[in-house]
Amino acid sequence: MTLRTRATMFAAAAAAALASGFGPAMADPAEAELVVNEELTITTTAPAAPHLEGHLDTVYSGWLFREDETRKMQMDDFDNPMFVYAERGQEAWDTVEGTEGKSCANCHGDLAEGMKGVRAVMPKINAAGALWSMEDYINDCRTNRMGAEAWKWNSDDMKSMTTAVSLQSRGMPVAVAIDGPAAEFWERGKEMYYTRYGQLELSCASCHEQNYGNFIRADHLSQGQINGFPLYRLKDAAAVSIHQRFVGCIRDTRAETFAAGSQEFRELELYVASRGLGLDIEGAGVRP
Amino acid sequence: MKRHVVLAALAATLAAGSAIAETAPTDVMFEEGAVAQSLTGAPGNPEAGAEVASTRALGNCVACHVVSALSADFQGNIGPELNGAADRWSEAQLRGIVIDAKHTFPESVMPGMYKTGPFIRPGDAYTGKAAPADLPPILTAAQVEDVVAFLLTLKE
Ligand code: HEC
Ligand code: HEC
Repeated sequence: MTLRTRATMFAAAAAAALASGFGPAMADPAEAELVVNEELTITTTAPAAPHLEGHLDTVYSGWLFREDETRKMQMDDFDNPMFVYAERGQEAWDTVEGTEGKSCANCHGDLAEGMKGVRAVMPKINAAGALWSMEDYINDCRTNRMGAEAWKWNSDDMKSMTTAVSLQSRGMPVAVAIDGPAAEFWERGKEMYYTRYGQLELSCASCHEQNYGNFIRADHLSQGQINGFPLYRLKDAAAVSIHQRFVGCIRDTRAETFAAGSQEFRELELYVASRGLGLDIEGAGVRP
Repeated sequence: MKRHVVLAALAATLAAGSAIAETAPTDVMFEEGAVAQSLTGAPGNPEAGAEVASTRALGNCVACHVVSALSADFQGNIGPELNGAADRWSEAQLRGIVIDAKHTFPESVMPGMYKTGPFIRPGDAYTGKAAPADLPPILTAAQVEDVVAFLLTLKE
């Protein structure tokens, strides 16, 4: 993109913002509809959940902040590089592994039925009252039920499985529980979201609430939603997990990050997921 | 031999002298956001300042500001355009904004460029690792003065 076209985009966005009475953030997500494989319409814009009152009026998928070509790749499963991961995940689902001689399918049945809607409620409280991300549930099955080794949080094996599972919630609304036993975790995640980390003293909100729609150098800031995860990052030529993205964003504030899979990031994940209430799970996004 | 010792002593004195002339990050005195005294006691170099403002690992001002005088591509728009900044702000005010903008704009997202804390989980630059105990400010005193000198050229 040349500076010239960007300047034109700015002007158009500014005009649109004025016309529609947006606040100070130049909210200029694309006016586009996400229809996958010409059949499944995914909600990418929605009124914000009540808990966001005074913070956001409307929530937008990160998909709307990307360029045409990148958006298109997510509209057709043949063009979406995440389907390489999804296929590997499907294979692993049916593969017997570990000392118990079991595969995921032995307990959960068909992937499409057994995992329907699971991604939409993650992260959630487990039977023992702890907050777990999807990766934790997967490793719990592997170690305790299959007698197999745990996968590393950001390994290809893990990302392949989370991709395969997430796709079974594609087009379903985000449905995380934030009350009851989840409330204390959610509160801590919220506190993190507004904490100004690092030598640059920036919080998630500094970039994704106050400045979405604006550019930080070449990057068009989105609301930092996670309904499209796990997603493919063309720049890295690889899938990216939710926690991996958090690591990157905190590191970019010149801060000491938290680890993928840390308790802090599970709590932050819950809070960020709840900022996407109203949006649909995209299963597997594509980003530049 | 003796001459070397004398020279070394002289060099040490000079170094100490310049360290005394330079204001440390923790000693900066703000007056309503402004900092009247040059941090180095010497005027900055506007060309060097333009470089600091454009360079990602240094000031990276263009990440957030449009500065038409700079050729850096993809200038961001988180903050206001800096064109004409010298018409709006005095030298002391500009110095204060660059050192730590939160004295001028309390909730600003603009990072303090000559600040060593307190920070929450400070890191070692962009490594994601914990900062060393003596975390240096993002810019040196001389770089701050260079940026201020550059900003003072931004007149419309
Ligand atoms: C210095 C600015 C900055 C801060 C602070 C920041 N981010 Fe980001 N974030 C970015 C940029 C740039 C991108 C890539 C473009 C985009 O989607 O906004 C991004 C992308 C993301 C994405 C991917 C969105 C998508 O749809 O691809 C998520 C999720 C995210 N950030 C979450 C967070 C969270 C949570 C925090 C706080 C822990 C945070 N960010 C702090 C700059 C920031
Ligand atoms: C992460 C974003 C960010 C970075 C990096 C940044 N600024 Fe800013 N700057 C801002 C914002 C936002 C404001 C508006 C003040 C406020 O927060 O209300 C501002 C305000 C200013 C102003 C006052 C502008 C006016 O005319 O009112 C000056 C001057 C300035 N910045 C200079 C700089 C310089 C020089 C650098 C680099 C050494 C820099 N900024 C880096 C975000 C940034």
